[in-house]
Amino acid sequence: MLALPKKELITFLIFAVVVLTMPIWLTPFGASYPGLLQKFAIYGLLAVGFNILFGLTGYLSFGHAAFLGVGSYAAVWSFKLLSMNAIPAIVFAVILSGLFALVIGYLSLKRSGIYFSILTLAFAQMSYNLAYSVLTPITNGETGLQLTLQDPRVLDLAFSERGAGLPLVELFGVDMAGYGGFYLSAILLIIGFFVAQKITLSPFGLMLKGIKSNQNRMKYTGFNIRPYTLAAFVISGMYAGLAGGLLAVTDPLAGAERMQWTASGELVLMTILGGVGTMFGPVLGAWIMKYLENIFSAFNENVLHNLFSFLPEGVQEVAVRFVALFVGEGWHLTLGLMFVLVVVFLPGGLMEGYRRFVNRFFNGKKPKPRVPDKQTQPAE
Amino acid sequence: MSDQKKGVSRRRVLKTGAAGLLATGAAPMIFTRGAWAQEFRNNPTGSEVVLGFNVPQTGAYADEGADELRAYMLAVKHLNGEGDGGMLSTMQPSSLGGNGILGKKVTFVTGDTQTKSDAARDSARRMIERDGALIITGGSSSGVAVAVQALCQEMGIIFMAGLTHSNDTTGKDKKRYGFRHFFNAYMSGAALAPVLEAEYGSDRQAYHLTADYNWGWTQEESLINSTEAIGWQTTKAVRTPLGAGDFSQYITPVLNSGADVLILNHYGKDMVNSLTQAIQFGLRDRQANGKNIEIVVPLFSRLMAQGAGENIKGILGSTNWNWSLQDEGSQNFVKSFGAEYGFPPSQAAHTCYVQTLLYADACERAGTFYPPEVIRALEGHIFDGMGNGPTEYRAEDHQCFKDVLVVRGNQNPSSQFDLLEVVQEVPRAQVEYDASIFGGELGPYEVS
Repeated sequence: MLALPKKELITFLIFAVVVLTMPIWLTPFGASYPGLLQKFAIYGLLAVGFNILFGLTGYLSFGHAAFLGVGSYAAVWSFKLLSMNAIPAIVFAVILSGLFALVIGYLSLKRSGIYFSILTLAFAQMSYNLAYSVLTPITNGETGLQLTLQDPRVLDLAFSERGAGLPLVELFGVDMAGYGGFYLSAILLIIGFFVAQKITLSPFGLMLKGIKSNQNRMKYTGFNIRPYTLAAFVISGMYAGLAGGLLAVTDPLAGAERMQWTASGELVLMTILGGVGTMFGPVLGAWIMKYLENIFSAFNENVLHNLFSFLPEGVQEVAVRFVALFVGEGWHLTLGLMFVLVVVFLPGGLMEGYRRFVNRFFNGKKPKPRVPDKQTQPAE
Repeated sequence: MSDQKKGVSRRRVLKTGAAGLLATGAAPMIFTRGAWAQEFRNNPTGSEVVLGFNVPQTGAYADEGADELRAYMLAVKHLNGEGDGGMLSTMQPSSLGGNGILGKKVTFVTGDTQTKSDAARDSARRMIERDGALIITGGSSSGVAVAVQALCQEMGIIFMAGLTHSNDTTGKDKKRYGFRHFFNAYMSGAALAPVLEAEYGSDRQAYHLTADYNWGWTQEESLINSTEAIGWQTTKAVRTPLGAGDFSQYITPVLNSGADVLILNHYGKDMVNSLTQAIQFGLRDRQANGKNIEIVVPLFSRLMAQGAGENIKGILGSTNWNWSLQDEGSQNFVKSFGAEYGFPPSQAAHTCYVQTLLYADACERAGTFYPPEVIRALEGHIFDGMGNGPTEYRAEDHQCFKDVLVVRGNQNPSSQFDLLEVVQEVPRAQVEYDASIFGGELGPYEVS
């Protein structure tokens, strides 16, 4: 059950090593601190789950952030009501987002293609508005759901006294706010990656690929595709719920903007940037996106002046002016340019770039021109 | 923020957690608390001290954020003894000598809150965990302030709030490590009510349009309480979605409701849009109950007034500070801000500048950067010469108490910045309240 074909096994092992050694190899990039490492692992997980729906089944969901939010709210409520232990929080996050995905999926999957996308977008935006104002008693609205000193925490307080400050999220005594949280997320990312590999290789995965390449043909051969797409949708939603739960575990706060349509759009962007349908691509896309958002946005003019201090005075000023357009508050511009370049020149995302590179320099073969196959357009 | 039942030192767990997790599968659990009393997160050991400026650089409040950042950079200059010193010379009492903080040169890192709680916490964590920021300060939204304040409490980092007006920031969500210089919705209500009574009488019907989120609600609640106390009646309070853009469907019902005062609990672009549309509908040219219909905007800012243009003329509101104030501190600040950037500062810039100086001064008075001592130095601190007259950082909820300005849109502005005229400086005693009315708990000093 746990066996993988050799090629896949190598991919898995490389992936596991890359993820676990992140604190080391990210140091020269200035990204090796717990806050960002956790985000890398968690958004990687989200992208892996999204890829099961988008990459494998060909259904483009524009509302995946809703499940992320549901997972976060479930986890924070678990902290508030039950225990500061991470396990019940994660379990509740996955179960609740799975149920939520079942309902939304059941309704949205009545349509495919662009209609499906719009339906998911509508549901997600509804969830966001509900969380933002109507459901304030549950979500604490715009301020976001937080722990308070008066929380019941039934399980914890049955065994110990209430402390002076807010308690920390923990897993068997390990604090989840720092590197502990990163390693938990990283291990879950690796497990999630493995499960996604197994799904891709399984007969179920083949069915999903079949649905992606031609739904009608699948139907004519006598398959009812609804249960398969719904299963893919729910699995993908549970991945997102797990990611949302982990966001709350590493930083116990759940805000409504996690469910906004921009968050869903970001996820689509990540997946396309890295490479739709590849195993590693979406994760890579997520990392690049989070890196730009957290590191590039922090470059202010002071940092740039230091960076270009080797240049003569006048040139330095010009260089700083120019580069400042793309960093700091201009990081969206960098992201946009990158996205445009990738979509125009590498329609298969960065992973296609990697494949072309390998083919050209290591196989001695000319890269196979990618034939845009009209029949494999997603979700039609 | 400690896990009391286990007695694990948080810092120790952080340090050894990663290695411990890998090596033994469990972190050590035997360290006692208190052994690290003088060691704290981001203790500046070199010759520099790093401040973290967390402001919205993108999104709806980017204008405020940009102005806050300008003020912070000015404050850093003045603290390091560059420029003309600004409020350093008027601050009373002051332990600042223009040689940095405790002899260490002040440097800074910046982050973009995007006016989103998640993004704000992410950038705060980067500044704390990677860049070694000693404090976090800034922001232009109460939701963000509350979220970042909670994070800072967990991390043991002092948070000096920027522009945040909701009662919750120092009310039910107050934190030991969070401090707010800006005034709040309760104070707006308390300061406005007597002026409204004097201007419009005590027999009025008020109609509220409220931004449908936390800040809007607290302001609506505070305004209803204080206007009903002077005898006004509340016809209706309607919630409008944030960023609605078109408010016409909410304004038409006002005309037929019999109300004669419209109170707009909106901020930023929402306020610009709702006010402009209310004027375009001719609300102020009409009468109800034999009185002219009036409009009130409880939270005013000059940046918003600039957006609303002509429409703000004669409209009453409240504000934390305005650059036209004539006291020496304000004048000095406006002068050095103007010399640096070419235009006068906004109230957001003012509060951020003052917060930075207050923190630096508290460190000097405490003689250490150790947060619990700095917090004790700030709690109950009384100061003057910072533009608002005598001011106190109340120890019970970390809210500054000072005079509040009631302002009116200027009928004959002398320049493009001269948009608000001060109607009254409402004395502190009139806007003060009992710290316990909003609930909440500050939490512990030590968070090891």
